[in-house]
This record gives sequence, structure tokens and C-alpha cells, in this order.
Amino acid sequence: MLKIENLHATVDGKQILNGLNLTIPSGEIHAIMGPNGSGKSTLSYVLAGREGYEVTEGSVTFGDLDLLAMEPEERAVAGVFLAFQAPVELPGVGNANFLRTALNAVRRAKGEAEIDAIQFLKLARARMKVLNMPDDMLKRPVNVGFSGGEKKRNEMLQMALLTPKLALLDETDSGLDIDALKLVSDTVNALRGPDFSALVITHYQRLLNHIVPDRVHVLSAGRIVKSGGPELAQELEVSGYGAIQASAA
Amino acid sequence: MTAVTGTGPAAFLGRHEGLRGRLPGAALPWVEALRDRSAAAFRAQGFPTRRVEAWKYTDLAVVNASVFGEPLTGVDDALALPPAAGPRAVFVDGRFRADLSALEGLPFTVENLASALPRLESRLGALVRPEEQALAALNGMLFEDGLVVTVPDGVAGGVLELFSFATESERAPAFHPRHLVQLGANASLTLVETAAGPATARYMHNPVFEIEVAEGGRMNHGRLQQEGRDAFFLSTVYARVQAGGTYDNFTMNAGSRLARNEIHVALCGPKAECHMNGVQLLADGQHADTTTALDHAAPDCSSRQTYKTVLSGKSRGVFQGKILVRQIAQKTDGYQMNQALLLSPDAEIDSKPQLEIYADDVKCSHGATVGELDAEQIFFLRSRGIPLEQAKAILVEAFLTEAVEAVADEAIRDAVSRAVTGWWQRQGIQGGIEAA
Repeated sequence: MLKIENLHATVDGKQILNGLNLTIPSGEIHAIMGPNGSGKSTLSYVLAGREGYEVTEGSVTFGDLDLLAMEPEERAVAGVFLAFQAPVELPGVGNANFLRTALNAVRRAKGEAEIDAIQFLKLARARMKVLNMPDDMLKRPVNVGFSGGEKKRNEMLQMALLTPKLALLDETDSGLDIDALKLVSDTVNALRGPDFSALVITHYQRLLNHIVPDRVHVLSAGRIVKSGGPELAQELEVSGYGAIQASAA
Repeated sequence: MTAVTGTGPAAFLGRHEGLRGRLPGAALPWVEALRDRSAAAFRAQGFPTRRVEAWKYTDLAVVNASVFGEPLTGVDDALALPPAAGPRAVFVDGRFRADLSALEGLPFTVENLASALPRLESRLGALVRPEEQALAALNGMLFEDGLVVTVPDGVAGGVLELFSFATESERAPAFHPRHLVQLGANASLTLVETAAGPATARYMHNPVFEIEVAEGGRMNHGRLQQEGRDAFFLSTVYARVQAGGTYDNFTMNAGSRLARNEIHVALCGPKAECHMNGVQLLADGQHADTTTALDHAAPDCSSRQTYKTVLSGKSRGVFQGKILVRQIAQKTDGYQMNQALLLSPDAEIDSKPQLEIYADDVKCSHGATVGELDAEQIFFLRSRGIPLEQAKAILVEAFLTEAVEAVADEAIRDAVSRAVTGWWQRQGIQGGIEAA
């Protein structure tokens, strides 16, 4: 599904990713852990196509697509979804209108029928119920005045509506209490299947108790320095990153 | 008809001389006196240059250098108008067209100025200051027609539409309608005005409004300026509001090559209110100027102003807002905000707020911002599958939302929303936000 080879990327002229290799087969969930500044968020932005993140070497293929050659909206339509670490506020843009516009943009690009306002509200309300989100979050401007947890749940709502093939969860667990963490995990787990993969970026093993990954990778100085099964996350929780960074150096 | 060619004030002054005795009201000495006073004022000022403080950012040189003709008097049958959805008054090239209007059965009086003139001695010109506003002086010298609305005490007037159309003409007509609106005590009226013309014709639309709102009255005034792109729209509104009354103006400046939207409001009785909001949507080489002057002349009044300008291409926007709080106007609550969104590096906005406060117990604030579209917001929308151009349109719409939502009247708000969408489509951008 996703194949990253020898990826090098710079931000503001500063080298952040240094020859990163990673393959996520269809149907698998992989976790990336690593200390601050190791390049976790940069990786997610590079994959989603954010401007200012310059790939200087390497390749990323998504299915049979050259992901790096695509615009951000083309990647989204192809099935890439980034759950933002710090979701952006859009004053003046109603959440429901935004969600329907995004959903229809994706459906249109795929050649599917657009969804009307009534169908949309029915669908959105059903998804919101699962996420324990009150109806009035549809009426409010996107993320404006939302608490940290509400913003993250709103990201999950977008993911649940857009049903991506590859979800990039950039520290979606940060700022969540245990109940919200469970709701977020349930949303991801509900999408699990042979055509869904995810890259879960997190500092903490806690999230991985709920979204059990197939593989865990440790990122340090812009490359994967260690990979293993779910037990690696527990190991890290005990020993910290120091030992791995030291042995990789 | 006198064939006066040439440009600038001399051509207009010559036209006034040439038409002496033939303009409406020629038999009424007070009308003649008003025209002569206006002519003298226009002669003294001409088209103001940028050396005049009030015109520092808007250059009328292009107006001054243009040749204008008389509007044609013939009936233009080619003008296709949709059937009236409600009461409407239609003006073509500045002249009232009863055949296109629908004014039956209204609970108030609507007349056209040319017919009503003999009864207007106490009203016509009561609010205009030709010695200070050159374009209003030009209007006073050459007005031929206009709308005269009189809503009696306590009458809820509902919605009245005012259409002003220019026709395709080689003559580059200049027309100067004078509109009078008088609301009695506790009367109300929503006037939704559309000014439009052929896409490429040169003409000058120089309307002057005189609006009187008596105690407890409420006037909602929505204005959609969608003139042709070679037109000059030079508008001056004077409004006077008595105790407990409200004047609510929303103006959209989207058309014309050069637009001046000048509004003078005096709050003359306690607890009077004024709302002035607007959006300017500018592209290519357009120039639009909104200039407001608010006179707080009584205590306990409040005023709210929110103006938003979106500029693309090499367009230029101007906002000048003056708030005068007289010594008597204690407990004034005034607020003014003007914000610009620059979509192109070649666009320019000039902003000049001006507070003049002589009372000591007032709350008065103003603010101005200039910005570009936020790259993070654009990326967020694109990452959800929304194409770049649509993402931009959504964010511009959102920027305008605050000003549009400040419009209290639903009829005006809907008309504005439609006009904003239409503007986007003309810019070649399909689809902003979808309603859910």
C-alpha cells in the first residue's frame, strides 16, 4: 500500500528526514514513536503534501501512485488522510458545510454521486454519535472554540466520513482523556480491514493499547532506527528512547 | 438638446446652462435656486483632486477627463427584467420607468421625483451639503428624477426594491438621480437597491440619497453595486436619525471601474442607532472607496461599522471612516472595524479611521487589519480533498461572513449572499462552501 524509500526532506533548508525507509502493507497499522524533533510530524506533512516541506531525495509510492508528484487534494482523493496534531480553526466556515463540501469534493473526484444535505446530516449524526459529539458541533465554525479533545474528535469525524485508505494520525492522542482516547481508537478500529492502513504517530504507548499496531518503528534523527512488533512499544515505555538512540548512533 | 462636448466641470456646468428652463422644476423658483447654489458649489470645487483631504486616496482624474453625454429619452424595449417578485421601482439611465415598476397597493407613498417636485420644497436638499461634497453639488445641479418614498407614522413598509439600470449607449450618459426617503415615527422600511449596467459601457451614475428616520423608525438599506466594469459609480448618502430610530446600511461594492460610496449619518436624538456594513469585492484594475462620516449629535446613541474588502489583480480599495462625537453625545457607543484581504501582490488597500471626540464619557473603538489567505488553512482544506481554488473561495467567503451576518434584514442578507456567489462565478471560480 505505502512504500517509502530513502526519503530525505528539508524544512526551511534544514534537513529533517535522512533516508527514511518504511513499507506499510494493506490492512496493517504501523506505529511510529520517537523523541521530539526526530521528524515524526515532518513525515506526516511530507506524505500529505504540505508546502514548504521539500523532498530532496527518495520516493513514496501509494498503491501504484507516485505520491510525491500529487497535489494535496489529489492525495486526499486517492485515500490519504492526515489527522492534524493541531487542527486548524476556520472562523466563518460552518462545520457541517465544511464536512459536506469535503465529502462531496472527494466523491466528485472519484466519480461518485454527490450527497445531498439531508443524507449528509443523517450520515454525520450517526458518525458523531459513535464519537460522542453533540449535534451543535455541526453548527459551530470549524474547530473555533473547540477544546483540544473536541478538535481531535472532529478530526476523527472527518476521517470516519471520508473513509481513507491510509490514515496518518499525528499525535491524535495528545490532549485526550482516557474516554476520548477510547472513542478515537474505536473510530480507527472500525475502519480496520484489508483496504485500510494507518500510520499512528505517538509519544506514548497508551494509545497503542487501544489501537494495537502490527509493527512499531522508532524514528530518530530522520530515519527508522528500530522496528519490531507491538512489544517494542512497551519496551520503550520502560527504557525510553535514550538506549535506542545510543545504540543506533 | 444642446450638444455640449468637452470634459470636466466646464462640460457639466455648460450642460446646466444649456438646459436652463428645461430641467424638471424649472418653473419653481426654489428648485432653480437649489440648482444655482449647487452649480456655484460645483464650480468652486470641480472634481476634487487628491490634494483635497477627503479625496486623498481616490483619484477622479479619469472622471474629469471623460466625455459624457445626455441619457437618451427614448423607451428601451430591449431591457429584459425578470417579473417583479414584490414591490419595485425601476430607473433606467436615471429616469423612472412606471412600465417596469410594480408599486400598487403599498401601505405608503412612492412617487418619482420629477412628478412630485412641487410638493418637495421642505424636503429636497434638506440634508445635502453641496459646498462640502462636490459630487452632491453636481447632482443638485443636474438631477432629473429619483425615488420619493414617504412612510407614514407607525407603518411597517416591508421590502421595496430599487433597480437602477444603465443601457448600452455610445453616448456615455451621466445621470444624477436624487432619492428621498422619509420614515415617520415608528415606521419601517427595507429598501434593497441594485445598480447595474452593461459590462463594457462607459457611464456615470451619481446618485444622492436623502434619508430621514423619525423617532423609533427603522430603515434597512441594502445596496448592491454591480455596475458595468467601465462605469463610474459616485454615490453620496445622507441620513438623519431621530431618537430611538435606526439606520442600517449595507453596501456591496463589486462593479464599476471606479466607485465612491460616501455615507453621512447624523444621530440626532437619544438612543438612535446606526449600522454601516459592507463588502468590497475587487478585481483587475478596479478602484472602490467607502467613506463614512458618522455624527454622534445626541447622547446614548450607538454605531457599528464593519467593512471587508477583498482585492485581487491590481485593484485598489479605500476605507475612510470618521466618527465625530459631539460634546452633548455622552454615553456614545461607537465601533468601527475595517479589514482587507489581499489576494494579489499588486493589490493595494488604504485605510484611514478618524475619531474626533468631544464628550468625555464615551466608548469608541476602531480597528483595521490587512492580510493574505492563511497557508495553513488552505492546506487543511486541500488535505480534505477540496481543490485549491475552491479552498480559497471558501476562505474568502468566510472572511466576508462577519460583515454579511451583521446585516439584520433577511431579504438584504440573502441578496448579498447571492451577489457574493455571483461575483465568484464571474471570477471563474466554481463552488465555494456547500450548505448542509
